[in-house]
Amino acid sequence: MSSPCRVPDQSAATMRLASIALVTWLALSASDAMAQQGTAPEADRGPDAVSVTGLFPNGGAPSPPDPTGTRFEGNKAAIADGKQLFGQMNCTGCHFNGGGGMGPALMSGHWRYGGQIDQIYASIAQGRPNGMPSWQFVLQPQQIWELAAFVKSLSASAALGASAKP
Amino acid sequence: MMLPISRSLRRRRNENRTDSIWPFRPRRLLLTGASLLLYPALAAAQTPTAPASAAPPDDGQWTMPAKNYAATRYSALDEINGGNVSHLQVAFAFSTGVDHGQEAAPIVANNTMFIVTPYPNIVYALDLTKPGAPIKWSYQAHPDPASQGVACCDVVNRGATYSDGKLFFNTLDDNTIALDAETGKLLWKTKLGDLNTGETITMAPLVVKGKVIVGDSGGELGVRGWLSALDVNTGKLLWRAYATGPDKDVLIGPGFHSFYPSDNGADLGVSTWPTDAWQTGGGTMWGWIAYDPDLNLIYYGTGNPGPWNQEQRPGDNKWTTTLFARDPDTGEAKWALQYNPHDEHDYDGINEQILVDMMAGGKPRKVLMHPDRNGYLYIVDRESGEIVSANPYGYVNSVLRIDTKTGRPVMNPDKLTKVGTVVHDICPTASGLKDWNPSAFSPLTGLMYIPHENLCMDWKSRSVSYIAGTPFVGAEVVSKPGPGGNRGEFTAWDPVAGKAVWTIKEDLPLWSGAVVTAGGLVVYGTMDGWFKAVDAKTGELKWRFKTGSGIIGQPVAYRGPDGREYVAILSGVGGWAGAIVSGDLDPRDPTGALGMNGLMADLKTKTAPGGTLYVFALPSS
Repeated sequence: MSSPCRVPDQSAATMRLASIALVTWLALSASDAMAQQGTAPEADRGPDAVSVTGLFPNGGAPSPPDPTGTRFEGNKAAIADGKQLFGQMNCTGCHFNGGGGMGPALMSGHWRYGGQIDQIYASIAQGRPNGMPSWQFVLQPQQIWELAAFVKSLSASAALGASAKP
Repeated sequence: MMLPISRSLRRRRNENRTDSIWPFRPRRLLLTGASLLLYPALAAAQTPTAPASAAPPDDGQWTMPAKNYAATRYSALDEINGGNVSHLQVAFAFSTGVDHGQEAAPIVANNTMFIVTPYPNIVYALDLTKPGAPIKWSYQAHPDPASQGVACCDVVNRGATYSDGKLFFNTLDDNTIALDAETGKLLWKTKLGDLNTGETITMAPLVVKGKVIVGDSGGELGVRGWLSALDVNTGKLLWRAYATGPDKDVLIGPGFHSFYPSDNGADLGVSTWPTDAWQTGGGTMWGWIAYDPDLNLIYYGTGNPGPWNQEQRPGDNKWTTTLFARDPDTGEAKWALQYNPHDEHDYDGINEQILVDMMAGGKPRKVLMHPDRNGYLYIVDRESGEIVSANPYGYVNSVLRIDTKTGRPVMNPDKLTKVGTVVHDICPTASGLKDWNPSAFSPLTGLMYIPHENLCMDWKSRSVSYIAGTPFVGAEVVSKPGPGGNRGEFTAWDPVAGKAVWTIKEDLPLWSGAVVTAGGLVVYGTMDGWFKAVDAKTGELKWRFKTGSGIIGQPVAYRGPDGREYVAILSGVGGWAGAIVSGDLDPRDPTGALGMNGLMADLKTKTAPGGTLYVFALPSS
């Protein structure tokens, strides 16, 4: 009755990754950086189910926040790694430093497909029909969590910045 | 020009003015002695005129966005003029139902108006013979929604083209579509590109000799640019000329002879790039095509090289930012002129070419006029590709001059871009001294009317990897107002003297096209929604009307079924400079929208998204 979205696991991602040499190199270098810092949480899978609506006819409730996401959200090392990936995967080409362009703004605090970190994970992994590509075959779950942590942080810092202004 | 002569005489004179200055037309000899006094032969010889074959006498319709093959955007209608334009009022309006940037020109043929919306590219045919111009038919193209994610600068469409009972247009998801203009019935649909390479189509096609000519978009996603010709009756691909790669792909053969040495040589589309970089090198064609029937040549320019970070692509990067002259029958290139070899500022060459014949250096020449993104107004010989002159039409500091001996710009070394360094105050900015929005040319004044920008930028290059279907840019740009603080300018340009005659300063960048009429008026719109008519000789504001949203469209003028003159414009902000409103972007990140977000932050306080056709006329007395 609810509307959870299954998020693909990493087996397909790993398979496809091997065939993309450039992206593999980028991914590995990002992973190395993370390992050296040693402070980012680890994850080998995405969230089990993510609600993308708050409407539940005849009752029901959104899936609870994914516990893995809770570990990544606000983690400085994960956010730093995510920021690096955000540039390497050309996310900046569409979303820039959060202000948006080809893609929507990510710093505004308004979300088309949900602003929980597990919802952001789902948007990155699955893509979205109005132009967001699916990264599930390019990135591993660990990396997608890091990206989601960075994207989530954009709106937090923007909100702080905005409220600090007179 | 506004001499006290009878209206009929004036109209006849105006129609004759569309003729070429040579070969000398016997029709001129039939003019009365009185008219010769009013219209001295000397003045005629020195005023540029569009070639008659490319700009035939005005039939009151507007069948292609640029009005005619010469791309004059000149209407010989003169019912609306400086004396009565203050009475201009809305005749009817129509909501497109789409609130993204409306860049299309309304097309008028057979008493029907055709408009194409931005994505989802709905076509509406409006019946001009009935009160209020009701919908005659509409067509839903249903393009793939994913196309919105690979369109660089809002999800715009620059319009349809009517020819011989058919309406042709392109969709954001890479289809060219032909409809029966009477019924809206689909005649054919041809898929020309692949969204997964980042390829989209936004330009308005041109029909030449039974072929629909179409180019692609995606220069910010490493798309390999091309121009294609399709059969008007079947949609079959007849030829495709790539902008990069080996000569056989670029359709360069034995008949190719460019004027300048650096534009001649074997396989320059490969050898002027690092290994294989031409395959993701851009050179897309999302702008304008002109056609000279006498020379049987089409003219168009290609877009920027990819990525924007120039250090990843040493070499001239041919044939990006290049003017091509091609045989429309075969697509074979006759000559090329690369405006910006090894471009490092995103100065695409896709802006319009207006074809005129004019005196230059004491002799008559067949030329085209092209206001390039790099800030220079090129006058180029249509037969040879020689640059007759090139002068800046606004403030430029990145290009010191155009060397007419070599055909190449002389760059300011202080404004070249580098990885890891912010280069400040490069003028013009990435969108150029002028972007796609087209100019107009009046044979009455001999002036070109250029809606443009006055912007500079700070630029920082960074390395970027090619991932198919994602942006391939590698630069962080922040645009800012140019000298004087006004972000837009409207310039009337004398192509013979090579200088501006008058300039209107506009607060916002001008992203709308222009039309000039025999009534002595020039019309254009502003990004906060004003639709304006100014005096073609002086630039004096004669009339303005506030539309529902910012204007980035192409005005047209036509004669309605009732014989009256109408002026039409689509209102609806968006496009690159207006994406902050149409895409609800966040101005706190000035790098957003390829450097436009900070510059255009105030636009959100001045207009809102929309999509409405406005048609104006004088009150029916």
